[in-house]
Amino acid sequence: MSGHEGKFLPSPDPGTLPYWEACKRHELVLQKCVQCEVLQFYPRTICSSCSSSELDWVAASGRGTVLTWTIVRHPVSPAYADEVPYIIALIELEEGPVMMAQVVDCQLDAVQSGMQVHVCFDDWTADITMPNFRPRDNNGT
Amino acid sequence: MPSLRGKTAIVGAADTVVGKVPDLSATELCVDAALRALADAGIDKDEVDGLVTCQSMAEPHLYHAETVAEYLQIFPKYCVTANAGGGTTFSVIRNAAAAIVAGICDTVVVSMADSLRSGLTRDQAMAMQSSTGHPQFEIPYGPTVPAYYALLARAHMDRFGTTSEQMAAVAVSGRNYAAQRPGAQMTDVITLDDVLESRMIADPLHLLDCSLVSDGGAAVILTSAGNVGKFRSRPVYLLGMGEGHSHEHVSQARDLTTSAAVQSGREAYAMAGLAPADIDLAEIYDCFTPVVLIELEDLGFCAKGEGGAFVESGASALDGALPMNTNGGLLSYCHPGNPGSMFGLTEAVYQLRGDSGPRQVRDAETALVHGQGGIMSSHATLILGKEQVL
Repeated sequence: MSGHEGKFLPSPDPGTLPYWEACKRHELVLQKCVQCEVLQFYPRTICSSCSSSELDWVAASGRGTVLTWTIVRHPVSPAYADEVPYIIALIELEEGPVMMAQVVDCQLDAVQSGMQVHVCFDDWTADITMPNFRPRDNNGT
Repeated sequence: MPSLRGKTAIVGAADTVVGKVPDLSATELCVDAALRALADAGIDKDEVDGLVTCQSMAEPHLYHAETVAEYLQIFPKYCVTANAGGGTTFSVIRNAAAAIVAGICDTVVVSMADSLRSGLTRDQAMAMQSSTGHPQFEIPYGPTVPAYYALLARAHMDRFGTTSEQMAAVAVSGRNYAAQRPGAQMTDVITLDDVLESRMIADPLHLLDCSLVSDGGAAVILTSAGNVGKFRSRPVYLLGMGEGHSHEHVSQARDLTTSAAVQSGREAYAMAGLAPADIDLAEIYDCFTPVVLIELEDLGFCAKGEGGAFVESGASALDGALPMNTNGGLLSYCHPGNPGSMFGLTEAVYQLRGDSGPRQVRDAETALVHGQGGIMSSHATLILGKEQVL
């Protein structure tokens, strides 16, 4: 839980708190519409397809694919300077929704679009745990 | 809805000094641009009854346009501040044109300026950088603005085989024009190798794939077509206007390689009654080189996926099929942030008047200008033409 001072911490709101609480438990969750069964990310108070406000939280498999990626060479702020170069990617989850994350535990010259990844978690503070992704091994995890 | 085609015209256009302008604040640059455009139109400030500005990052005002009106001591009945970047510039110009046609006002000065190079405190610069992105689901990961666009560039490379050399060709093309544009921020001609060997910022984007950080402003005077005889400059008519909006955050983009420029372009062409082949020159938003490739494709100047080959072939040069970003664009002329699109508009006006000197496109009668903002999120297109094409 060190090395994250000064970073841009997310501020959970009532609509997103269950997501961040799940991250603290090292679980990745998505919202599923009770009415039309669409899965969505990021969390909202309504279904982004049918606008229903009846949404359930469901566990994601944690498996995903790198849709596109970049390597940040010049940090966004001094708090991120120790991490450069770091990989930022859009991850398409097995369930469909897309999220941004870092790809960690990955050689810079190994990252590529289409790479199979799995969620992992980084505890930044007592309240905030960030989901990231790392290359999937042969066991699929 | 009645068409806005040819109902309004630009009768004044001017840029301030651009680049590094530490002696003028952002507000003063905005005032300076407005006065220069009024002088170009040959009218007094009391002859305008509308004012449009954009919010400044260096010197923000809660009521920006009203502050500029007060500074100038004008008392408009139509007064609007655009609050975001590239795409909204042409959105608010479309709104101003509609307001003129609706009789809400007669003559509007659109003046936009900022001083991102000289006017930002360190804290403001940091706040600006970190304000782009979703505060919970993107920003904490540490992406930079170049990184967001790099995600789109990579997707285009993966899908269509676009190369770093092809993106670099956009920067080289712009610099060739800037070398012919007196007062441009960057005027030294560059090569593909210069771009490819410049520092990597966010793979695959090198330093020279990224636009400038500048001070500067630009303004135009917009009036109804029936009024153009009252001004001393040659009018340039608004023939077509369109917008498209697909997302705000790049992680929510529905398509990484096709943008809402498709929609904004389609609307603008339909209103103008013109097709891409009818356009003599284009000034399109070039905050990063790959953006230009996607816009060229989405605006119909080449097929999807062929933007890289199009620019690489020399099509964007003065003797090419589509002279493009003829002042050097955001990559080489100047980029003060929110006002960025305005410089393409004033350049298009100069071109259609025949006032562009060594970079003049021969016999230019029509021009397309395109702005985008967010991360390829909000798009707006204007098509301009001389009286002959009305």
